[in-house]
Amino acid sequence: MSTEKTPASAQDIVFDHVVKTYPNAASPAVDDLSLTVSAGEICVLLGPSGSGKTTALMMVNRLAEITGGDIRIGGRSITDHDPIELRRSIGYVIQQTGLFPHLTIADNIATVPKVLGWDKRRVKDRVAELLDLVGLPVAEFGRRYPSQLSGGQRQRVGIARALAADPPVMLMDEPFGALDPITRERVQDEFLALHERIRKTVIFVSHDIDEAVKMGDRIAIFREGGKLAQYDTPRTLLKEPADEFVARFVGADRGLKRLTLTRLAELDLTPATSGDAALPAIGADASLRAALSLMVAEGTDAVRVMESGDGGGGGEVGAGGEGGEGPGGAKALGTASLDAVRKAGAA
Amino acid sequence: MSAGPVIPDFGDPSACVASDATFCADWFTDHWWNLFWPALLQHLELTLIAVVLGFVLAVAAAVLCHFKGWLAAPVSAVTSFLYTVPPLALFQLLVPVTGFSVLTVEIALVLYSIYLLFTTFLTGLREVPGDAVRAARGMGLTRRQILFKVELRLAVPSLIAGLRVATVMTIGIVAIAAYVVDKGLGSLILKALQSPFNTQFIGAGALAVVLALAADGALVLAGRLLTPWARTRRA
Repeated sequence: MSTEKTPASAQDIVFDHVVKTYPNAASPAVDDLSLTVSAGEICVLLGPSGSGKTTALMMVNRLAEITGGDIRIGGRSITDHDPIELRRSIGYVIQQTGLFPHLTIADNIATVPKVLGWDKRRVKDRVAELLDLVGLPVAEFGRRYPSQLSGGQRQRVGIARALAADPPVMLMDEPFGALDPITRERVQDEFLALHERIRKTVIFVSHDIDEAVKMGDRIAIFREGGKLAQYDTPRTLLKEPADEFVARFVGADRGLKRLTLTRLAELDLTPATSGDAALPAIGADASLRAALSLMVAEGTDAVRVMESGDGGGGGEVGAGGEGGEGPGGAKALGTASLDAVRKAGAA
Repeated sequence: MSAGPVIPDFGDPSACVASDATFCADWFTDHWWNLFWPALLQHLELTLIAVVLGFVLAVAAAVLCHFKGWLAAPVSAVTSFLYTVPPLALFQLLVPVTGFSVLTVEIALVLYSIYLLFTTFLTGLREVPGDAVRAARGMGLTRRQILFKVELRLAVPSLIAGLRVATVMTIGIVAIAAYVVDKGLGSLILKALQSPFNTQFIGAGALAVVLALAADGALVLAGRLLTPWARTRRA
């Protein structure tokens, strides 16, 4: 069919004065929504329940039909497409994954390629490629059923399935909402790493500000009545909330949340001296927030920043490190003071 | 079937038959091929026709009602009303129209099985996880593909459950159908009721029970084979 072997390049998504009014509803579910998601970016739709964020998402693949305005993907209006064809060209991931319990993992992923009429060889290769991409080797997982996988593994399969026909655009509706906090964090990290490689345009619905700050290149905050309250980068949103509603929604600790956006590696560190050995150690990959937390926990006004391990995990290597010894003999890059963290966070 | 000896052969009765025992195994085996086996096959045939026809009609009705929700209440009302009519009364009503025929029997049997099958099938379709259907829609499957690739496949456990109940029930009602046609194990039972000799009556009754158990077992097995995903749930 029309799908090429080369990865489809991402396309931008434009909401142009979009309105959705459900039949018999007094007020619109989405009210005059205009925003542009740039190609290759992750846009998080954030808001309380009933604010229209899921409706906004479902209008993109016409699971909900727009009643006013237009949505364009790569410059082409979604109403120009047949809904079935449109949906097959858009990846779709939902909470609890929506995997088909009666199909094996391989068959779940093969669903769209099969209805697109790909030949068997190509389907099989694509399934293996995608399972490999999400870290679930086909030899081990291909023939299992969804019920035999953990929640995190199922979510990865859900993402692989959405990528099957290499769509330029992905829609994710609270995809990690049902996972426990530890698994969710891991799957979020995995998805971000995956996104670095595949660079699809992603619209991601969430009701969790921390998730939005972590995942989003830009965040669209919705208020009740389906109105867009603010559309900005996480940094701007946390620094300059547009109004009282946004400020309340992002939380009183928005200053702390901003610290999660910067890594210690981005700071100008004070060169290490021999007297620093007593300071608690933390990896350079860790956020300013983790560094601040460590200072508070240890009662110090600086941390020793260690070279991060082989780039695999990153994060707070120092959190478990009793005493002053750096973990695994890592090299100290310098120290970060409370003052430096505070200033960098305010920038 | 030529009318078997309702009263055993007086010319040369075995010791068991002569003593008028409750069940004579030798008489049972002697008459297996001319009496019991043909009746068993007829019984199975009447049952299969009814269940297969009922299955097809019930699936069609359930799918129709699943698509057009407003149809469910009236269809359900009609089928459940038919189900409440006692089998003998229904035969009585049909005989003037369709006569003492297999057709009469099958019409009645299908009407009974349809209620059970329709109810369980519709419930099965409605209980398909909403997430799976929503994901299927979002992925661009057509309504027909969602029905055949997702909904009906996930409803298989309900289909099997409905078939099990309907099959066992039909095997029971086929025995009563002997009042209409001289076929099946019911016919042997009916004839033996007028005789003091019990072996034919007990043998035919036992075979009906065995047939029901075997059919039920076969459906359980078929269900396992058709739902490999359900077996692994606790793995």
